Parts: sequence; structure tokens; C-alpha cells
Amino acid sequence: MSEASPAFQYATLSQQREAATLGMWAFLATEVLFFGALIAAYSAYRTAWPAEIAAAARHTRVALGAINTAVLLTSSAFMATAVAAEEADRRRPLVLCLLATAVLGLSFIGIKGYEYWLEYREGLVPALNFDFGRYGGIGELFFLFYFFATGLHAVHLTIGIVMVLVLAARIGAGRPPRPPVLRMVGLYWHFVDIVWIFLFPLIYLPGRTG
Amino acid sequence: MHGSPPNYLTARTTIRSWLFSTDHKRIALLYFASITFFFLIGGLAAVLIRLELVTPAADLVLPDTYNRLFTMHGVIMVWFFLVPSIPTTLGNFVLPLMLAARDLAFPRLNLASWYFYIAGGALTVLALLLGGVDTGWTFYEPYASAFSNGYVTLAVLGIFLSGFSSILTGLNFIVTTHKLRAPGMTWYRLPLFVWSLYSTSVILVLATPVLAMTLLMLVAERVLGIGIFDPALGGDPLLWQHMFWFYSHPAVYIMVLPAIGIVSELVPAFARKQIFGYKFVAWASVAIAAIGFLVWGHHMFVAGQSLYASLVFSFLSYLVAVPSAIKVFNWVATLHKGWIRFDAPMLYAFGFIGLFTIGGLTGLFLAALAIDVHVTDTYFVVAHFHYIMVGGSVSAFFGGLHYWWPKITGRLYPEGWARAAAILMFFGFNLTFFPQFVLGWLGMPRRYDAYPPEFQIWHVLSSAGASTLAVAYAMPLFYFFWSLVWGARAPANPWGATGLEWLTGSPPPARNFERTPIVVRGPYDYVEGQPRPQAENV
Ligand SMILES: [Cu+2]
Repeated sequence: MSEASPAFQYATLSQQREAATLGMWAFLATEVLFFGALIAAYSAYRTAWPAEIAAAARHTRVALGAINTAVLLTSSAFMATAVAAEEADRRRPLVLCLLATAVLGLSFIGIKGYEYWLEYREGLVPALNFDFGRYGGIGELFFLFYFFATGLHAVHLTIGIVMVLVLAARIGAGRPPRPPVLRMVGLYWHFVDIVWIFLFPLIYLPGRTG
Repeated sequence: MHGSPPNYLTARTTIRSWLFSTDHKRIALLYFASITFFFLIGGLAAVLIRLELVTPAADLVLPDTYNRLFTMHGVIMVWFFLVPSIPTTLGNFVLPLMLAARDLAFPRLNLASWYFYIAGGALTVLALLLGGVDTGWTFYEPYASAFSNGYVTLAVLGIFLSGFSSILTGLNFIVTTHKLRAPGMTWYRLPLFVWSLYSTSVILVLATPVLAMTLLMLVAERVLGIGIFDPALGGDPLLWQHMFWFYSHPAVYIMVLPAIGIVSELVPAFARKQIFGYKFVAWASVAIAAIGFLVWGHHMFVAGQSLYASLVFSFLSYLVAVPSAIKVFNWVATLHKGWIRFDAPMLYAFGFIGLFTIGGLTGLFLAALAIDVHVTDTYFVVAHFHYIMVGGSVSAFFGGLHYWWPKITGRLYPEGWARAAAILMFFGFNLTFFPQFVLGWLGMPRRYDAYPPEFQIWHVLSSAGASTLAVAYAMPLFYFFWSLVWGARAPANPWGATGLEWLTGSPPPARNFERTPIVVRGPYDYVEGQPRPQAENV
């Protein structure tokens, strides 16, 4: 397969690139509604039980969550730089940026896992060891949403990390993917980042003021 | 096939070349075979339901079995027949042809979506074989998580998987319509079927993920025993209804918009006349898709939602009737002074227009707050949505199937038999479902296997209609297969239609067109009943 010819259903390479990019945006629209449904359900309960949800939310580790927010935002900056490096055709910075992105993504997963472990020790995991006496039924509902939302987010992030590592390996080995693959992975990465930007205040911040 | 150049059917013939084909035309046929299978299973359940209801007593099957039958009928027919039916078969086949594209934008994704569909179907069928589900297709909470002893989790995961098929198909159609149109194919030269598939795809991409998340939460509640929807555990059962209908009302348009698109093809093709008000018909599809997202609460008028919410949902539901009526009026205006041919596809289109209108008008009854209280959960509702989804969508599906059958197979079907089947289907349908309007109005609730004796005459009429309908549905199965062997060879354009799909061979070559057409005019250009094709350089 020569680098210059598009797949058979396309007339030109630029048409193929536009199609791939549009496909990614359509996929992200699906994802927005997927997470949106979860956030809507959670918000319904937050409105119905404001005091109970706030009390439960105080048991999350806001410091770790904040650090993770910074980690993920930084990773997105590296991802954006990687896209710029591809456009400028600079291979070394491109590979380094991708590696930095993946390492930060892995750090996020590591910190999140540490949080999960702390929560497990406190008896905060629904259906496993949830301590009703201390946190109550609505507390369990909150932590169900907490694990559901952050878990789904972590799954998405893990898929992103794998894609970024594969890209880095291929580019490092001198077999770069066709445009706009890197750009599409970048869009996906930023999307996963944005989901977290919504999850962080919704989950960690209720009940932190007053 | 001696002497003729290879087409998409003859190019390669191994089983492998079918199961791993990325050709949109072959994938369409894979879907045809699969949805026919699911239609037969769903139909079998309907037969048993109608048999049980012939007598007032619950005497044919156990009450618990009856619950499983109507659940199986609903689940299979909605998610494994109606939702995929027109888009994945006829849409898959003709969308690239109508745009003069060589394939969809993402052919491998198209194949993957068929496998998702099959995997989902397999899980759901497994759930049915193991003993079934008794919740009804709506999986209302908290029954579905806390009380049902059926294989809810398995069936729900099957529906979840088939959702990927919906999403990927929608995504593929959207990108194809944006990026793979032939030179000269502007948006206002697109056939109306493309407009309706596009609107459908937007719903598939935006509504299906909400169902996916909702089903995941149901599985979480059922498996982990934590109250998301179960009030005994602190959950809110109304939340389930909101989230379920946020998908399932737009899903009605997933089922009927493609049908509307087919009828918009059939009416000008057989009236041999420019469609009346092209832009109105085109934008009406978009309007139906958009407003359709805002009306889900009309399923919850008696569920305890706020009266003010109900008022708004009622008003918005009336609003959907406007673009729907625009379509009906424009079809009728197109017929006015047309050179009408009464071939089988047109008979199905007529059937669609009549039944869709009755279904739509009775939908207005249900959108009215006071009347809805009287007929909620009665056979009136059952009759209403069968008029839309069976009388409407299935009629249009058969209309489109007859219309494009020569293109798909290269053979002509026997016209006389086809007309007979179309007419029988229309009468069988009305005989089945019109009595159900009466039953519902008289107060017969849905989902009951026993009823007071005074309702029996209406149930017997309905069951007699169902038998007629079964014969009418079986007929095409026979004469279509017959035509594959003995049917006359089809010319490229047997109907004298104007769309690009009629400019290539019947059946088309593997890459659709020998030479890419340059589109020079709109889709339904007839001068005094004579077609002027959309492109002339082929
Ligand atoms: Cu509805």
C-alpha cells in the first residue's frame, strides 16, 4: 500500500482524512450522550438528596482528585504538542511527547487505583464491603455512581494509553500511521480529559464549602 | 451467468467471501438473512399470543409463559427486526448507490456492526432459550431488577451489544452522506431516502448511547443489588422511565423515518412526477428527528410526573404531527395529476400512507392528557403503535424490497403475486389491529392473557386478521425465492426511475459504477411522465 493513494472508496487522500475526522467527531458525540446519561442520573439524585450526597462526597479524596486533574490536563498539553510536532514533521519531539502523554495517563490510573484502595479500606465499596451503619443508603448510591463513572472513565483512559503507546512505537520504528490517525487519537484523548473535567467537580466538590 | 460481466454476487462465491465481505451490498444481504430470521421468531411469538387470546380464559399457555411470549415478541421485533430493518438492509444497499459512492465511508466498520448485531442477537436468543424474560420489552423498574425471575441480564446485554451495531451504522451513514457524494450531488439533489436515513442516523448516534447507559445501570442494580431505580433501596423508578423513553421514543422515528424515506422514493417513481415540495419533505425528516427528542414524557402521563411537565410534553407531541402531516400532504399532492402506475411497490406505499395516517391521528389521541388517562396501557396503545411500526414501517419495508429487488438480485419478481400479497397484507393488518382500537377504548388492558367474555368477538376478529397477515407475510418469502431461479432478468432500470442507483447494472458490479456519474439535476425529474436520470454520462 503506497502512502500516496487513498482507500478505494475515496477519490483523494484529503477526502479520506476529512471522512476519518468527521467519523471521530460523530463517535465522540455518541460518547458525550453515553456519559451524559450517567451524569444526568447522578445529578437527579444529587438534587433529590442534596445533604446526603454532600455528606457522602466528603469521603472522597479531594487532594488526590485535584492532583489527578492536573496530571490529566498536563497530559493533554503534551498530546496537543505531539499533534503540532507531527505537523512540523519532527519525529523525536513527537515520540517524546507521546511517551510523556502515556506516562501521565498511567500516573493518573496509578493515583486512581491508590484512591480505590483507600476507599476499599474504609468500607466504601458498594456490594463488596459497604459500611451502611456509617455512610447510609444514599451514601452507597453515591459511591455506586462514583465507582461507575470513574471506572468507565478509567477504561476509556486505558484504551487511550494503549493507542498512544502503539503510535509512539510505530513512529519510533519509522512506520508512522497515515494522517489523520494521530489527530484522531488526540481528539479522543482530549475528550477523555474533558469527561474528567466534568466528573471532578460533580463528584469531589459537593459538600466542600460551608 | 455465462457471458455477462461479473457483478457483486458473482465476483467471488466462497462462504468466506460472504462472511468477511466489506462490500456494503453483501453486508446488506447478510443483514437481510438475519433480520428475516428474527422476524420469524418474533412472529412465532405473536402467533402464540393471538392463539391464546381467541378464548377469554387463559387456557393455551401458563400465565407466566404468556408474559414471556409478549416480552420475546417485543424485544425481538423492536431491537432485532424493526430498528435495524430498513437502514441496515435497503439503506446499506442503496445509500452508496444513490450517492454514486463505491462503498460506505468505513466498510470494515460496516462489517463489524453486523457482527455486533449477531453477537447481541445470539445473547438475547440464548436468554429466550434458557427460559425467557417476563418484564415486557420496556423492562420497567423495579420489577425488572428486583422481582423478575427471567434472564433479564443476559437479554439486556444482548440489546446493549446490538446498540453498537446501531451506533456504528449511523456513524457510517452520516460520514458517507457528508463526504462521499458524487460530483454535482448537492444536498438538495439528494434523494429523500438519503435525507431520511441521515436523520435516522443522527438519532441512532445520539439516542442509542443513552439506552446503553440505562441498560448498564439496570444490570448494575440487578447484579449488585444497589438501588438505582428500586425505591425499596432508595432509587427512583421514574428515572428508569425517563431514561428508557429518552431513547425509546426517538427509536420510534428510527423505525419509521427510513420507511417515510422509502415512500418518498416510491410515490414520485410510480406517479412519474416531481415530488411536491421537495425541501419541505426533506426538512420534515430533520424536524421529526429533532422534535422527537423532546417528547418522551408522553409515555409517563399517568406515572406521577409533574402536571406541568406533562403539559409541555403533550404540546411538543402535538408539534411532531406537523412535519409528519407535511409529508402525507406532499405525497398526496404529488399523486395529483400524476401518471400513476399501480405496481406492487406503489400498492405498499398507498398502504403505508393510509395506515401511517391512522397511526398518527390516534397518536394525537394519546398525546392529549385527558384521553391518555383513559386509554393508557390498553389495546388502544397497542393498536396505535402497530399502525405506525407494522402498518407503516413494515409495509414500507416490503414496498422498498419489491422496488429494489430487481436491482439487488438482477431478477424480476412475479408482479401478480406481489400485488395480491400487498393487498392481502393491507386487509390482514386492518383486520388484526382495528379491532384492538375498539378493545382498548372499551377498556381491555394490554398484556393480559384472560379477559371478560364480551371482548371475545373483537379478539377473534383480531386473531383471524393475524392469520391473514401471516399468509401475506409468507407469500413474498416464496415468490422472492422463486424469482431467484425462474424470474426474468431485470434491466438496469425496470421502473423508469430517475435515481443514480438505476444507472448501474442489475445487479451492480462490485464497485457499483464502471464510471463515476456526474450529477446534473435533482432526484425526481419527470417531463410528462418521462424520467430524466440524475446523471447522463454513464
Ligand atoms: Cu413516544
